[in-house]
Amino acid sequence: MKNAVGREIPDFLLTNGKEVYQGKNYMDGKYIQKASPRTKRYETPQESKLVESLADALRACGAKSGMTFSFHHHLRDGDFVVNMVMKAAIEELGLDNLTIAASSLGSAHDPIADYIEQGKVVGIQTSGIRGRMGEVVSAGKLPTPAIIRSHGGRPRAIEGGEVHIDIAFIAAPTSDCVGNCRGIGGKSDCGSMGYAMTDAKYADHVVVVTDCLVDFPNMPASVEAIDVDAVVVVDSIGNPKKIASAAARISQNPRDLMMAENVAKVIASTPYFKDGFSFQTGVGGPSLAANLFLEQYMDERDIKMGWAIGGICGPMVELLKKGKVGKVIDVQDFDLDAVRSINQTPNHFEMSASQYANPANKGAFVNKLDFVVLAALEIDTGFNVNVLTGSDGVLRGAPGGHPDTAAGSKVCIIVTPLVRGRMATVCEHVVTVTTPGDCVDVLVTDYGIAVNPLRPDLVECLDSAGIPHVSIEALKDKAYSLVGTPDDLQWEDKVVAVLEARDGTILDVVRKIKPYQLDG
Amino acid sequence: MIPRPRPERFRLRRTMMFMNAQKPGLIKDAYIYGCDSIMLDLEDAVAENQKDAARFSLYHALKTVDYGDTEVIVRINGLDTPHWREDVRVCVAGGADGIRIAKCESAQDVLTVEKATEEAEREFGVEVGRTLLMAALESPKGILNAYEICAASERMFGVAISGGDFRKCMQTTPQRDGVDMLAARGQMLIAARAAGVQCFDTVFTNLDDTEGFEAEVLQNKAMGFDGKSLINPKQIRFVHQVFAPTEKEITQAEKILTAYREQSAAGVGVFTVDGKMIDIAFIPGAERTLKLARACGMWEGDLV
Repeated sequence: MKNAVGREIPDFLLTNGKEVYQGKNYMDGKYIQKASPRTKRYETPQESKLVESLADALRACGAKSGMTFSFHHHLRDGDFVVNMVMKAAIEELGLDNLTIAASSLGSAHDPIADYIEQGKVVGIQTSGIRGRMGEVVSAGKLPTPAIIRSHGGRPRAIEGGEVHIDIAFIAAPTSDCVGNCRGIGGKSDCGSMGYAMTDAKYADHVVVVTDCLVDFPNMPASVEAIDVDAVVVVDSIGNPKKIASAAARISQNPRDLMMAENVAKVIASTPYFKDGFSFQTGVGGPSLAANLFLEQYMDERDIKMGWAIGGICGPMVELLKKGKVGKVIDVQDFDLDAVRSINQTPNHFEMSASQYANPANKGAFVNKLDFVVLAALEIDTGFNVNVLTGSDGVLRGAPGGHPDTAAGSKVCIIVTPLVRGRMATVCEHVVTVTTPGDCVDVLVTDYGIAVNPLRPDLVECLDSAGIPHVSIEALKDKAYSLVGTPDDLQWEDKVVAVLEARDGTILDVVRKIKPYQLDG
Repeated sequence: MIPRPRPERFRLRRTMMFMNAQKPGLIKDAYIYGCDSIMLDLEDAVAENQKDAARFSLYHALKTVDYGDTEVIVRINGLDTPHWREDVRVCVAGGADGIRIAKCESAQDVLTVEKATEEAEREFGVEVGRTLLMAALESPKGILNAYEICAASERMFGVAISGGDFRKCMQTTPQRDGVDMLAARGQMLIAARAAGVQCFDTVFTNLDDTEGFEAEVLQNKAMGFDGKSLINPKQIRFVHQVFAPTEKEITQAEKILTAYREQSAAGVGVFTVDGKMIDIAFIPGAERTLKLARACGMWEGDLV
């Protein structure tokens, strides 16, 4: 069945009430039945929940083959916990048929690809998938398709019982002996632990894995001891160098700066750019640099940002410290400046992924967002964005909060160079739709700006500010004139991943790519 | 093959951005930053043993990249090198809009390049006279001969000073107030205006010194330069901002041109606008202001 972004969704996926994507805010007003976990009572006072090893923790939680384990990705590409836990489960306890439900997975998790090939891991649910795991999933090695969700879609699915977590593993930079966890104060600090919060509340069992045991009570706790079954102390939960970069530096690349300046110009041309406005930006080159130019406009007009959300990094903390932003609410930290600031700098707060972006709760932060600035691997003439699959059709990305912020915000700006090497970023049809075009408002490239025709109000804003813009078709034509028109990818029938829209409908599927064969 | 329109001898040239002709990543689309002219360099940016490679890259860029309205000028190697003749041939064959003569010291230098340019135009079947010239003055002798250089050829559209070499000759270094090059800039400006060609200031190389850069651009504008050579796209915006006319200048220019049309149609040569005497001598200045205003996106109209 064809969905609202023109993608053909196979019927076998449309069971148990699953629907195809119908358009923005389709689920508005419907009810959701929340799931409740089955948790163990600890009535007899316990001195400590410390156990010797991950294997002991797994046993204590009744780990069995066929279970779903959840993980969060605040340790980013420095994470050791997913691999450690899966190794203990598969190699020490001999479990199989396991499903990993992670908030994201990266190339740090390459070893899991082996477990997929061995048939020990049979299900993957995640926002991001990269490296070898992306390759084996794309090669069709999972018996059932991977499920890709946004950062808001994940807590929706967990709260609604679509994902039932048997054991949640919390990678905790610090924990006390009963499982009060924080993201700071240890040797592998990550700052916010926002993505882990829903897991801890909805999992049947919760295991805290830490490399820094601190005195009880570890307060204020991001994950609370009341939800924790066991605490395991390991040598190291991750590589600090890969958890948070030293400092996210604003790009000096003239192309990035030019695009960033145009992003700021577009923002400043809209009526939403007024005292108290709200903002989110990514950490990519031009997205982050937009901060710099936005600050100039704020100074010029003598206005301040009311609040900022998202993955947070140093330049935003800097604005907070200078008093140019009222509050920063933080689901994840990208650099040490942000890690050191959370819950320390006044008005720098932590939030859960559900509070950040879940479309099925009663009002996430993204719903109050004025502007979001996002990157894209590809954007097509329908303004549909792909941030998941590469030009070869292989999984190597993450929707993350992209679809959530795009849908919630008043103005969603995509900033991307028109071409990357020989690839056209602006194209006829994206490989995979990860953010639907009805949520995307403005495209800023190094070759020009395009406004979604669904937003005539923004066209007027740009016109009256004298900001030149062209049709997105003209940008696509320019891109194709530079690098040529790409051939269509060749797919097999097998679906290797299902891309859920944030509301739980099906936005797109990723199929197995046909092995490339030389002519003749 | 990208056909380029016949170059205009006098056009807006507020910003000329230098880039190494050997770097495809730079030259493939340098026009996106909005400078008026790009200056593809075959001279100092290119290592001695890479001159051929740079010419090759330049030729193919000129033939395949659509630079649109952005003027494309090439800085060739000095006349004291074995490279310059081949540089001229590649500029003409590729269809560059103009050639910048490095280390120009006399009218004869201009004539020498002009001759080679004409020969190349005939060789490659390019319209004779199409390729424009400008001169870079890099030595005291060049400054002293500025007028004869500016007036040496109908192809000449302007003259620029090259600060690095010139300061070395003068045994000085960049000064905050520009006193190191004050006399040279002044003399070159006078010569350019006397010969009726444009005049451009040198590059400002310390990218971290925003304050110094801005002070120099303001001084350039105050001295009467037409524009400035740049080394980085981030310098473009400020120059365009400084060289933009004020709202008052635009209004005044509009009034002068409107009044001039009405009065000259009625056979009147001298008239007043807002109490000031205006005659035909004011017209080119007013026209220049409106063209500049249009280029800066500040004015739309059909008076010019």
